[in-house]
Amino acid sequence: MSSLAAATPTTTWYLILAAVLFGIGAVGVLVRRNPLVMFMCIELMLNAVNLSFVALAEKMGDIGGQTTVFFVMVVAAAEVVVGLGIIVSIMRRRPGVTADDVSALRG
Amino acid sequence: MNDTVQYPSIDWLAITPLIILLAGMMLNLVLAALTRPWPRAWYALGTVELALATVIVEMVLWNDIGRDGSRVVINDALSIDHFTALSWIAIAAALALVSLSTADYLRREQLDGPEVYALYICAALGAMIMTAANDMVVLFLGLETLSIALYVLAASHRRRTESQESGLKYFILGGFASAFFLYGIALLYGTTGTTNVSRMADVLRDEVFLKGDDAMLLAGVALLLVGLAFKVAVVPFHFWTPDVYQGAPTPVTSFMASVGKVAAFAAMARILLVALPTRIDDWRPVVWVLAVLSVVVGSALAVVQTDVKRMLAYSSISHAGFIMMGIEAAGHAGDEDGLPAVLLYLVIYSVLVIGTFTVVSLVSRTGDSGSDLGWFRGLGRQRPALALAMTVFLLAQAGMPTTSGFIAKFGVINSAAANESYAIAIIAMVASVIAAVLYLRIMVSMWLSDPEVGDDLREKVVVPVTANVVITLSTIFTLLVGVFPGWLIDAARTAASFAG
Repeated sequence: MSSLAAATPTTTWYLILAAVLFGIGAVGVLVRRNPLVMFMCIELMLNAVNLSFVALAEKMGDIGGQTTVFFVMVVAAAEVVVGLGIIVSIMRRRPGVTADDVSALRG
Repeated sequence: MNDTVQYPSIDWLAITPLIILLAGMMLNLVLAALTRPWPRAWYALGTVELALATVIVEMVLWNDIGRDGSRVVINDALSIDHFTALSWIAIAAALALVSLSTADYLRREQLDGPEVYALYICAALGAMIMTAANDMVVLFLGLETLSIALYVLAASHRRRTESQESGLKYFILGGFASAFFLYGIALLYGTTGTTNVSRMADVLRDEVFLKGDDAMLLAGVALLLVGLAFKVAVVPFHFWTPDVYQGAPTPVTSFMASVGKVAAFAAMARILLVALPTRIDDWRPVVWVLAVLSVVVGSALAVVQTDVKRMLAYSSISHAGFIMMGIEAAGHAGDEDGLPAVLLYLVIYSVLVIGTFTVVSLVSRTGDSGSDLGWFRGLGRQRPALALAMTVFLLAQAGMPTTSGFIAKFGVINSAAANESYAIAIIAMVASVIAAVLYLRIMVSMWLSDPEVGDDLREKVVVPVTANVVITLSTIFTLLVGVFPGWLIDAARTAASFAG
């Protein structure tokens, strides 16, 4: 117990946490069927990457990685707008639709 | 007070094409919001003029680059070299052709005009930034500018459920791929301490890295390749392509297949060959596998489809495999054939695919739903000229001599053989024979199939002026390059060098 309390988080911890979050996001996109949740999983993946960027930038004492995060956040915000627009336009036509219902295209 | 912020110097002349397109897009949106609706064709003509202005400026800059040499500008974020210049010309030309073919599509489907063109320009702008990006973060921003505009475009036919479905699928899978790509950038940044492509190459050339077998670096390269493979649609990251290509409005499909592929392949070539030349032995086998899988699976699955847009989607996967072959060849030390072959293929394929999809768009008729093979029945009798043009495009895609497609395929197979990758060259030739069956099926349907009951009741295929211009120009280009390929090959050879 004492060793756990004494341990200070290192960069590796953050990188592992980021990898785990990225994995959860990736699995979420693949197994969940609600378009909104799939979309949230993609956001989780992007933010996991942001965490790695910040951790790595902190370790190297380089500001570049931290500024990158702001660019990624802007991109994620733009994706939210477009993604929700598309999801709303589908939901308006067919309420309560899941990704399995949206399957007119196959072959 | 000291100025603590150091602004990079900006080479305005070199980025004129980007500024022209950005200003044009803004102008388009402002005018569309503030003025009465213009006739829809005007927006298309405006976009075409914008794209032509970009092409002309870029041709002037081509000579400048030749005189001043290639260089990296704006704090090394963009490379201005002949590779960039040729990609920009290809993208702008594709933008012009697609805008023209969209003009009467929008009129036929009674959709709104101006926003679609603004999105086209925005996507082309993102594509151009991608091809020039010498910094991975800039590359990511270009990629997202292209992709986000394409998500909206794919879903832009509001009355077709398929269009929205295709937009949603493209959006989810595109976002998924972008996240992988970005994670790859983060890991490379963690290993090398920079996101700049040329500086990364310098760092990796250090002895520490040459000896070390850094797991984080390899994971980064793998994730980057996954992200890019999604974007260029190579097997096994291709499964979104048929659905998205089929559901999206047909002119948008042609835009994805031309501009999207040029941008993603240019970015892939730059990352692999500029940033990671010291890691050739790590990434070349991966590219080899992706190339072989794509040509084989793409060709084989294309043959069993019944919808022409799906067939062409699978055929685009097989074409992507051919382009990967060129990149594989360029990954051999001292190779000079691979990269020109890739550029040549991209330029030729862009024009071909736009021509093909324009014909498909006309045959799909009102509602954009008649893309099944049966709708092509009797096209040879009803519209012989249109059917002839389609035949030229299909023969070219199959790689028939005297068409541009032969030059493209010959280029990549030749470069593979020159590097003694005989296995891949033979597999590609066999696959292209399989793919020929698919093109023949469409041709047989157009020229030889007997009419069936109900064919007379179908809406007649109308060929509007703008679509006519696109098809004529594409046919002329296809045959011209097929018979006199020298000038384009020379241009591709000049363009096959990177700045930085």
